[in-house]
Amino acid sequence: MTTAEPPLGKDLIGLEPLSREQILSILDTAEPFKEISERRIKKVPVLRGKTIVNLFFEPSTRTRVSFEFAEKRLSADTVNIAASGSSVSKGETLVDTARNLEAMRIDMVVIRHGASGAAGFLAERIPSNVINAGDGSHEHPTQGLLDLLTIRDHRGSIEGLKVCIVGDVLHSRVARSNIYGLLKLGAEVAVCGPPTLVPRSFAELGVSVFHRVEEAIEWADVLNVLRLQLERMQAGYVPSLREYNRIWGISTERLERAPRDILVLHPGPMNRGVEIDSDVADGPHSVILNQVTNGVAVRMAVLYLLAGGAPERAEAAKHGGEA
Amino acid sequence: MSEVVVFRGGRVVDPSRSVDGVGDVVVVDGWIADVPAEYTPPEDARVIDCAGLVVTPGLIDVHVHLREPGEEHKETITTGARAAAAGGFTAIVAMPNTDPPTDDPAAVGYVVAEGRKAGAARVYPTGCITLDRKGERLALVGEMVDAGAVAITDDGSPVMDSGLMRLALLYAQAFDIPVADHPEDLTLAAGGAMNAGLASARMGLPGKPNAAEDIHIIRDILLAELTGGHIHLQHVSTRMGVEMIRQAKARGVRVTAEASPHHLVLTEDAVEGYRTEAKMNPPLRSAEDRAAVRAGLADGTLDTIATDHAPHHYDEKEAAFQDAPNGIVGLETALGIILTHVVGEGVIDLSTMVERMSCQPARAFGLPGGTLAPGSVGDVTVFDPAAVWTVDPKAFRSKSRNTPFGGWELKGRPRYTVVGGRTVWEG
Repeated sequence: MTTAEPPLGKDLIGLEPLSREQILSILDTAEPFKEISERRIKKVPVLRGKTIVNLFFEPSTRTRVSFEFAEKRLSADTVNIAASGSSVSKGETLVDTARNLEAMRIDMVVIRHGASGAAGFLAERIPSNVINAGDGSHEHPTQGLLDLLTIRDHRGSIEGLKVCIVGDVLHSRVARSNIYGLLKLGAEVAVCGPPTLVPRSFAELGVSVFHRVEEAIEWADVLNVLRLQLERMQAGYVPSLREYNRIWGISTERLERAPRDILVLHPGPMNRGVEIDSDVADGPHSVILNQVTNGVAVRMAVLYLLAGGAPERAEAAKHGGEA
Repeated sequence: MSEVVVFRGGRVVDPSRSVDGVGDVVVVDGWIADVPAEYTPPEDARVIDCAGLVVTPGLIDVHVHLREPGEEHKETITTGARAAAAGGFTAIVAMPNTDPPTDDPAAVGYVVAEGRKAGAARVYPTGCITLDRKGERLALVGEMVDAGAVAITDDGSPVMDSGLMRLALLYAQAFDIPVADHPEDLTLAAGGAMNAGLASARMGLPGKPNAAEDIHIIRDILLAELTGGHIHLQHVSTRMGVEMIRQAKARGVRVTAEASPHHLVLTEDAVEGYRTEAKMNPPLRSAEDRAAVRAGLADGTLDTIATDHAPHHYDEKEAAFQDAPNGIVGLETALGIILTHVVGEGVIDLSTMVERMSCQPARAFGLPGGTLAPGSVGDVTVFDPAAVWTVDPKAFRSKSRNTPFGGWELKGRPRYTVVGGRTVWEG
């Protein structure tokens, strides 16, 4: 049931260090796992006996719940730790948190942390598998993967597609994971938003930079619309949310002028009426809820592969075996 | 009876007198002596065989953090002075960003007294420019100078108020001391954890742009020009910064400046993998910036090599990158790093190195030493230019180990550090 070389290595810290083949193998492994969530009894014994800690230093609902469902549907034993109400809020350092978890002999840690690099920091210090559920502005690899899977579901292939990430690219871990993943799978990638939130240096990553959303819509096959946090307005990156919506918001009117049928993604949670209008979010272009569904399958695939499962055995593993 | 120390047969490199050749250096009762060519030392003289070694005026580091008072778990004046001696430095200039800040004559006097007790490298204090390093009102500059301060600086922070900086540059002229500035516009650098550029974009870390440093460098130059004061610019790390200092010197502005070993040797690549031991302020910058700092060191735009020795306890650096403090230790690696990677790579020759690490630091801060001229203090550094060694942070005399150079193989190592004729380090 286990392969000699784990297909992803010990940890999943980001999509930047992964190869095209590794990314494709995660997406392919996610395919058979999709079906588990459609069953009446949503549970298979793939991770039976594995202990997983979901360590969330930042508030999260969607990502934490998605991981928890993925873990439970694979029969792992899980514990959730949130920063508030834990020893972290009593001043414990990340190193000590890691050592204490290690001392309890856990198998995997899913970590969300406000500091870029925190997931890698943990991974270097404990032998357990570490999955990055978002570290600062660095990466959110499972979000990137579920975006890739959703785009592939709807367009058949990523290769050659034009994907534009719209919004607060500067502070976005979702943007970075998308950029690395999309480029490796052969997409053309652009970023779009106000110059205060879309740094010029991103062009050096091999992406195009737009500052007007009309140009992005003219260009793109797919838009991945990022959440604009209220704090950005308070910090002066944009003068007002209303102005942001007028100039960069994704509206039906703008999409109707597009030369082709555009797919719209959003990592959530949405600010309706700010970066995305409700009629887009709820309309025919939107695949936002498909992303959420795919999130569980992708996370199952990542858990399975890190536990040593072989991509080609995923279908069989579902029907009884352990990873 | 006189106490005589003879450094015999070494390669004596003393740019202050344009000397570079094999010879003897004699220290009598703590002072460099004028001796004839055929000098016979008294029988009880200490004769140090320096064959194959290099003998220079004692090295001086004008930028170190000794953390005392307030953060003695990182370093003390004693451990810092000993680390300096072990690194070949006979004198160091202590920054005043202690806790509480060294901003009054009593605090300055404490550093002087502790430095004497350490019995290692000479320790020269600096005082704050502003009370409590708040950037609001001038500290007691005159009284601090009387107590032993050799410069004023709010290092760690800039003086953001240009009007106040102007007053500081004027007032300091009464005491003939430099005003040393950590040039950084805090509004531009705000929140930054590393150099702003492709690497920070990739790593998702907020960056400090070169412009944050450049704006304060040109401001300080213009204020020095306006006031006639002496501005000393600390740890210059940008290409524009170097160029603006070069032009200011050509205009005759009283500006001196530092290059740090890490900005001469490393680039932002060293931060890759969120390595907190390569986190400092100003941050490691691009390869073009490093090349400009090297060129500035070579042509004399940057007068001194200064380590910005910044000890931190290991568990403070064992943190997520943005949460870790800025700074690295440098006293015990500087000579080896400069010999191997700056002299060794042909950026400057040995004589220029001594100029930048001894003569010019003494000149810029008005300190004794920086020369082996007869009648000068008997501060002498002797190093073995051929000794190959590996940096082992655990072996540091400093209390702290935060260095990006751990495990580096270096060529060139101090053998004797002599202060006032007394050997304070023998390696």
